Amino acid sequence: MTVRTIGDVLLVVGAGWTVLAAVGVLRFDDVYARMHAATKAPTLGLILVSWGAALHLGWGGAPKLLLVSVLVLLTAPVGAHLMGRAVHRRPGDVRIRIDTVDELGGG
Amino acid sequence: MITAAFVLLAVAGMLLLVRVLIGPSVVDRVIAVDALLVVVVCGLAVNAAATGRTSFVDAAVVVGLLGFVGTGVAARFIERRGA
Repeated sequence: MTVRTIGDVLLVVGAGWTVLAAVGVLRFDDVYARMHAATKAPTLGLILVSWGAALHLGWGGAPKLLLVSVLVLLTAPVGAHLMGRAVHRRPGDVRIRIDTVDELGGG
Repeated sequence: MITAAFVLLAVAGMLLLVRVLIGPSVVDRVIAVDALLVVVVCGLAVNAAATGRTSFVDAAVVVGLLGFVGTGVAARFIERRGA
């Protein structure tokens, strides 16, 4: 089992995670549920894909690919949080559901 | 194997594109475009692994950062104006 085989497996598994995320974004029926599907699973998929590509490229590309995975791991939750807060404050015609406690409601 | 990864990424991109097209609100479209940019970054990384050229990795860094900036700007816009 060579390094390239492990890299291939990581690439395919990461791409499979992005497919799962896309199915979730398409099938879930709430904005927050779609945000949940669109943020976590592609991040894991991208981390797996970038590590697989790093195993393929060796030292020529591995540091940058590691940088990509760290950057997305840091920025994806922040972007989703900004988006969720914006929807929560200004729902407009978006149908959202507040169950029991409005954590951002102030007061 | 690399072809399988490309096919899976293409399927994911098409499903996300359907959500971008039918998404009932602006928020759904922005979320789907954000996930689509992550899929694009994945495609660039797979292409770099397939061709052995590391210049695709630089493009992947840029696209990843631009996705975050775009989401932040759209969130600002929605927070000011309402979705």
